Amino acid sequence: VARDAVLRFRPNISITPYHANVKESRFNVDFFKEFDVVLNGLDNLDARRHVNRLCLAADIPLVESGTTGFLGQVTVHLKGKTECYECQPKPAPKTYPVCTITSTPSKFVHCIVWAKDLLFAKLFGDKNQENDLNVRSSDAANSSEHSEDVFECRKDEDIERYGRRIYDHVFGHNIEVALSNEETWKNRNKPRPIYSKDVLPEKQTKENGNKEKGCAADYVSAMVSLSLKNPQDIWSLVENSRVFLEALRLFFLKREKDIGNLTFDKDDQLAVEFVTAAANIRASSFGIPLHSLFEAKGIAGNIVHAVATTNAIIAGLIVIEAIKVLQKDNNNYRMTYCLEHPSRKLLLMPVEPYEPNRSCYVCSETPVSLEVNTQRSKLRDFVEKIIKAKLGMNFPVIMQGASILYEVGEDLEEDMVAIYAANLEKALSELPSPVTSGSVLTVEDLQQEFSCSINIKHREEFDEEKEPDGMLLSGWVEAPVDKDNNKPIGNDESTSNALPSVETLEGEKDDEIQETSEVVEAFTGKKRKLSEVSEVTAPDPSGPSSINQNKPKKLDIDDEDDELIISDDWESLTKKKKL
Amino acid sequence: LSKSHILVCGLKGTVAEFCKNIVLAGVGSVTLVDDRVVTDESLPANFLILPHENHYNGKTLAEVCCDSLKEFNPMVHVAVETGDTSTFGVEFFEKFDAVIISCCSLGKKKLINQKCRKLSKRVAFYTVECRGSCGEMFVDFQDYKYSKKKLEETIECQIEYPSFEEAILVPWRALPRRVSKLYFAMRVIEQFEDVEGRNPGETSIADRLGVLKLRKELCETNSLDESQIPDALLERLLTDTREFPPVCAIIGGILGQEVIKAISGKGDPLKNFFFFDAMDGKGLIEDISGPSTRS
Repeated sequence: VARDAVLRFRPNISITPYHANVKESRFNVDFFKEFDVVLNGLDNLDARRHVNRLCLAADIPLVESGTTGFLGQVTVHLKGKTECYECQPKPAPKTYPVCTITSTPSKFVHCIVWAKDLLFAKLFGDKNQENDLNVRSSDAANSSEHSEDVFECRKDEDIERYGRRIYDHVFGHNIEVALSNEETWKNRNKPRPIYSKDVLPEKQTKENGNKEKGCAADYVSAMVSLSLKNPQDIWSLVENSRVFLEALRLFFLKREKDIGNLTFDKDDQLAVEFVTAAANIRASSFGIPLHSLFEAKGIAGNIVHAVATTNAIIAGLIVIEAIKVLQKDNNNYRMTYCLEHPSRKLLLMPVEPYEPNRSCYVCSETPVSLEVNTQRSKLRDFVEKIIKAKLGMNFPVIMQGASILYEVGEDLEEDMVAIYAANLEKALSELPSPVTSGSVLTVEDLQQEFSCSINIKHREEFDEEKEPDGMLLSGWVEAPVDKDNNKPIGNDESTSNALPSVETLEGEKDDEIQETSEVVEAFTGKKRKLSEVSEVTAPDPSGPSSINQNKPKKLDIDDEDDELIISDDWESLTKKKKL
Repeated sequence: LSKSHILVCGLKGTVAEFCKNIVLAGVGSVTLVDDRVVTDESLPANFLILPHENHYNGKTLAEVCCDSLKEFNPMVHVAVETGDTSTFGVEFFEKFDAVIISCCSLGKKKLINQKCRKLSKRVAFYTVECRGSCGEMFVDFQDYKYSKKKLEETIECQIEYPSFEEAILVPWRALPRRVSKLYFAMRVIEQFEDVEGRNPGETSIADRLGVLKLRKELCETNSLDESQIPDALLERLLTDTREFPPVCAIIGGILGQEVIKAISGKGDPLKNFFFFDAMDGKGLIEDISGPSTRS
């Protein structure tokens, strides 16, 4: 589609479309080497890290970019010359403490996470996955045995009955169990249990809902079935309850084969309806304001609505940098930030690129360290949470010295596959080549041509709230930027990354780019402006970074105009904050 | 937004980008004015003109852009108006909520701005020009009242804008220090084209001496040091008169955002000039107004 749109007004360009995921193995280093420049317009961190590594391996310049609402930025990455995309750690997706989700929600987003990652997952997802849905009560025995049966639909059980039973269990029974723990509610508002018979007397559900309306061909929807037309309406508790029961009914009746395999997908209408309803009922119980389907979908799907004008501006800036790359105009690359509110008159703020971070584990091959309980944590946890999630590798090979602890690949022998599968379930210290404090693991992703060393350090205890994974990875230098916290659940969709805490000075000289970078340098003490590294050129009073600076800089920080883009909750994308 | 009516005159690349943005956003209507016939020269920066001879042969810029724009959003009414807007009466402009003009002389800018100001209805006025890697945008909202959120509450704000004529008459030495050099440079070029009777953009390096002479005069009158308007910058503006597509996208984007903000009455509006220069990558806002109107 994009190709056709462009060819309409520039038919002579050769455009080859690939409808594929950039992580596929065919897009390997050799593929990337064919190009002079790579321009990214991706919407998730994972893919960007992947492309970053491939561009480094292929030694091809990368122009990265992202937008979120009215904010945006364009950055240029050249191996060895500038920072790579990962030199500054990107903020991790915002996660919430488990107990906030399971027991003490205070914001609507907590209810969404509960509805999406717990209830929906429990009812329609992989049954073998661990699930924290049943609140930890003081009576441990109560939860473990009971939970097996509660969520399963019994043989010959009427779907209506089942729906109400689930409803009562999660919104009624579980809340009562939670209430029994007095301590929790000492300083908090108590939730109220909600039972279906009180909200929807039995007779009503049988009369309401034209049962056939919700099922036109492939499109199954509770809203249609219940004649709820506007996704921007905020439904009442009664309506939400109806949607809950109807959506559940429709899943079982019309999408039976999906049950057990589903993960939440924001484009799955029925799933969105279910999650909205469930979140709203829970919110109602906890006195949290209800939200419309449209809003809930945005939160659950991590959607930040795109602003066409921002995209147009960023696109223009990308092209300007790309042209410089193609003209090998090496000294003029810059990063450009597009702000929503001007900072010292600037709406578009250019910043000189930084030198590579010498302790970046991606481009500078610096080892990282991992603190972990080697006797408790399994290899599987290590692979999923550290290697894949934190280090962004897709097809890792994990070695200790010469022994391979784990690898993935298409051409592995069966017995090796079995060994690796067995290894996953073992604690680190129990592996064939035991991993203990002081071990050094080498992890590689051959597709990304990326290799990393991990120093293992054993630690007994981890804080359940702050370090829920039981593992702590460290090693790369924390960037001096303020984190962009506008991603409540996952890290997809929103593409804008943290803004540097850039200040433009009211200095003596005209060249503000120069001054800007110097302030950042003062903060970081580690980064050096590219211009210092390259040759001194004759001062050009008219234009960009004149390199010869003789006058002393005055660090004159004017607080009023500071623009740090931080957002506390995803609904308000920007907030002013003093440095 | 869906009830707003926008008038656009002068359909080069930047304005094409702007039109695309507001049509996608879903304004009520867009009226296009540009009777110039499409030529090969029009193609490079204007993506609304498809490069097929049949498509644009004999048609005016307005006609061709109109056809293309309609496809972006069928809900928006896009139409063509012929004639020279400087001859239209004041009543003509009353239909619109915002007027954007480009590729026109200094005289015409002032004239249309005045007509917008004469109406009792507040009509927002914008001009935009892109030359090579530079772009300039001007905004006049007259007396603008709007609301915005500040720390959980909504406050009412008011800003007074000068007209284009008033703005450029502000003595240069009265302006804050470190005003963008591009502002001054554009005024020199603008004045030069006016005095020499040139169409906007009709300059070349051959005009260098004439422009430098004019700069000298203007700087003397305004007690401004000539180094504030660098030779190199003036030379660029003289020679790179054609639009550069990424700059069109950027200025068209900023302009689009501003118009949408103005119509919806939300968000701080830009006051009152915006400059972009791809050479240094800065996109800055300058408040060029007399003491009474400076915010």
